[in-house]
Amino acid sequence: MNHRVNRPLPGSTAMLAVVCFALFCSGHPSHGQDEGPLAAAGQAPIDNAPIELDPLLRSAEQARVAAVDRARPSAVSVFVPGGGGGGSGVLISPDGYALTNFHVTSPAGTFMRCGLSDGRVYDAVLVGLDPVGDLAMIRLLGRDDFPYATMANSLQARAGDWCMVIGNPFLLATNLQPTVTWGILSGVGRYQYPSGTLLEYADCLQTDASINPGNSGGPIYNDQGALLGIVGRCSFEKRGRVNVGVGYAISINQAKNFLGYLRSGRIVDHATLGATVTTDPDGGVVVSNILESSDAYRRGLRYNAQILEIDGRVVTTANDVQNVLGTFPSGWRVNIAFRHQGITTRVPVRLMSVHRQDELLAKMASALPPPPPVPDQPEDEGEGEKNDGDQDAEQGGEEEPKRPDLKRQRRPTGHGGAKPSIPEAVADLIVQRRGFANYHFNQVEQARFIGSLRSQFPANQFAETEESKTTAWTITGKTGDAQVKLSVADDQYAILVGETAMRATRRSELFDAVDTDSIAGILPALDAWRTMLKLGPEKFGEAYYQGTMPLGGQRPLRDCMVGLYGEMEVRWLSHPETGLVECIEVVADRDSDPAELWVLREGDDISGLELRYGTDVALNVSISDWTQTESAPQ
Amino acid sequence: MRYRPFHPFALAVLLSLVCLSILPVASAQPPVAPDARDVQQRVVKIYGAGGIKGLEAYQSGFLVSPEGHVATAWSYVLDVEPIVVLDDGRRFESKIVGIEPSLELAVLKIDASDLPYFKVDKEFNAQWGDPILAVSNLFGIAAGNEPASVMQGIIAGVTNLDARRGTFQTPYRGKVLILDLIANNPGAAGGAVVDADGRLIGMLGKELRDSGTGVWLNYALPIDALRTALGDIIAGRATTVPKENNPVLRRDQSHNLTTLGVVLVPNVLESTPAYIDAVLPDSPAAEAKLRPDDLILLLDGQRVGDQQTLIDLLRRIDRRDAVSVTLQRGNEVLPVRLQP
Repeated sequence: MNHRVNRPLPGSTAMLAVVCFALFCSGHPSHGQDEGPLAAAGQAPIDNAPIELDPLLRSAEQARVAAVDRARPSAVSVFVPGGGGGGSGVLISPDGYALTNFHVTSPAGTFMRCGLSDGRVYDAVLVGLDPVGDLAMIRLLGRDDFPYATMANSLQARAGDWCMVIGNPFLLATNLQPTVTWGILSGVGRYQYPSGTLLEYADCLQTDASINPGNSGGPIYNDQGALLGIVGRCSFEKRGRVNVGVGYAISINQAKNFLGYLRSGRIVDHATLGATVTTDPDGGVVVSNILESSDAYRRGLRYNAQILEIDGRVVTTANDVQNVLGTFPSGWRVNIAFRHQGITTRVPVRLMSVHRQDELLAKMASALPPPPPVPDQPEDEGEGEKNDGDQDAEQGGEEEPKRPDLKRQRRPTGHGGAKPSIPEAVADLIVQRRGFANYHFNQVEQARFIGSLRSQFPANQFAETEESKTTAWTITGKTGDAQVKLSVADDQYAILVGETAMRATRRSELFDAVDTDSIAGILPALDAWRTMLKLGPEKFGEAYYQGTMPLGGQRPLRDCMVGLYGEMEVRWLSHPETGLVECIEVVADRDSDPAELWVLREGDDISGLELRYGTDVALNVSISDWTQTESAPQ
Repeated sequence: MRYRPFHPFALAVLLSLVCLSILPVASAQPPVAPDARDVQQRVVKIYGAGGIKGLEAYQSGFLVSPEGHVATAWSYVLDVEPIVVLDDGRRFESKIVGIEPSLELAVLKIDASDLPYFKVDKEFNAQWGDPILAVSNLFGIAAGNEPASVMQGIIAGVTNLDARRGTFQTPYRGKVLILDLIANNPGAAGGAVVDADGRLIGMLGKELRDSGTGVWLNYALPIDALRTALGDIIAGRATTVPKENNPVLRRDQSHNLTTLGVVLVPNVLESTPAYIDAVLPDSPAAEAKLRPDDLILLLDGQRVGDQQTLIDLLRRIDRRDAVSVTLQRGNEVLPVRLQP
């Protein structure tokens, strides 16, 4: 029987053949001398002529060298100032944003130094953290033309594909030249159970390219030099903390989902459906339990329903569901297709957070290594070994906190000077705040948001007013044949639709309107918008940039700004390129549908407003006039 | 490239292999590499005994017949009837149809048909320097319906293991393929090693560590060493399944432990291994120089899973007949004949 398949994977198996060939050839001359018969039997006769390489082999080798050269400039060697360890990273944008592991940055806190293969060392600051996915975003400073990696589509990666890992194993890159290791993908779509309490590797890549402590956070590239993932973990067991042929990488597609969240400077959480699933012995994956408070339940998902697709990916086992869900940030709304009682439904579902925020921060704190030792104080060694109990899924990465011999080498930097001093220009980019990895980057995004909001309709229609003045909006239009008049001002909210009129003077009344799915739920969305324009995010109340997420389950990912408005949470979703607000959501009770105000545009102007709860349209208004007055209309 | 001192025979084997091998290198057409998926579909995951004291309850295997014969490493994992999970995620209960202790080989059978399988070739064309893929369930990574893990490397050498007895804790005495990749991890035993054409050339062995240097060995048993045993087991010529149609004899006519002169260790477990505790003087066992701590593996070619099986099997043998026993003594597998 011939089970050879004459369908080589693009760029992978063909290369295997050629490189195999290379291995054979390169072994040749030496045993040509030592063990003549072997060589004579195996190959063309050896004479003194230089070895001729097969052109195919030569081109394959050249392609490999070119791929390494293409990839290497974007690889980052991360060092914790003061000798506190380090790891690897990879640049993903010309302005210096780079990805690494949470467990690489955690010993450093907010400031680290990064080496590139150009031989230079750059200051870097922490941007955002995903402790559950073990991802961190950092920003290298000092250039706006950093070399950066091209991202591959890791869903297209297959077991058997050639790949390479470039990084800083054993922190060898003291000359800033990273180490390249080469291998194949041993598996894709692997699910690794949470190590300890927090870490979960879903839909990850497994490789036999050598991955050792210090490779953590670094890039794994495909044979074209495009970024496939972020190396993060190894199977370490009785053979010690060195490569045993099994390394794992977070898929770059998962990282792509989190990029916007990480840029927010926040400590971000992962998503869960609010349901548990099991693989049906007869095939398919079915819901075995579901929270009635979940959006999935509100959208009709029920016990024993069969889940068919999540975010366009077909799922057939519980493992598949875990794999897909584990790659989403909390708060995302993704399309889910399911079959229940013979009816197939495809609907956007809002995903819940895996943790409460306090819980996430507490778990993260317990996953942190101890702070670097402070001279003149006894070293506290007790806490660093937390993760060592996990037998097969231990974290790779920083090795030094676990090596007392290296600790001893650390020189005191003088009395009271234990913390490495952060350069002033760098310190300006660091703002500490609870729940944030680095609040500075959230402020940057907030400024971008409000700038964009103030330059688009309707704000750009009106002359700038002084903040002290009361502004009010009056919007008139039609729904069907009925006249609609909406007006919002400080503590004055009114809606008139045909013969129906509603007024409110307190935000708590608006809360009730949203909670009861009333058409008056359009008012808090409008008023929050008006208030945000008037006050800006700093004076709005608690407001922060959330990151990027799909809108109604659809891409591209929209920028999401969040503000607390009364007891409600308001989210502005804006298009990533135009910056135009497309939807404003108002969440009253987390266990009921938020009010969604969809903004319909003709060109840059707003032509209509649509209020939705869940998937139902409650009100559709075509706008004829939108005016701003300096006081509330009477 | 240098090897450990060659056994002259090994060298001869190696040379003949080299001569036999077809070298696609010489032709202008490059060899076609195996599709990893194609190989993965023939590899299975096996779940059985273990899960305590650092003993993994899983290993690997590969299909060697379309009717569901699975070759795997003979190990403690098979102490219970193992579960076999195919590449497509289907789970099967399996039966151990044959073991060959001296090769550390076992063959399982699942009730299935039309499965993709590896052909066990007559010719063995692999030699040092050849690229290979090793596909296994190492570390039990491939949970659920996930396909087995694929690793790549080359054959670093083809040599014998027994250059220094006691260095490696294995009864296997034949030639092995030394691999340059870290293939022999927990759970990898029984995995398939294929060449650049996707042809089966070996089976990953159990974890072995050089007792002198502490170095872990990465190796595979060449498929030609397993071929005869595999063929015999699959064809039913060498099945170790108890021969149920042999009638149970009267107690005073059949063999028992006393007629052989064997005392086993106390039978305290549900399935206590047939370890010899003492040998009675002037008995067939004493004659055959059996010793305490010998483990009885096979009785007249039938697998002795535990003491109860041994006693049952003896009831079906006339006490005037000689009995052949395969036993394990340390790292050796010994055939002995007990003559009443």
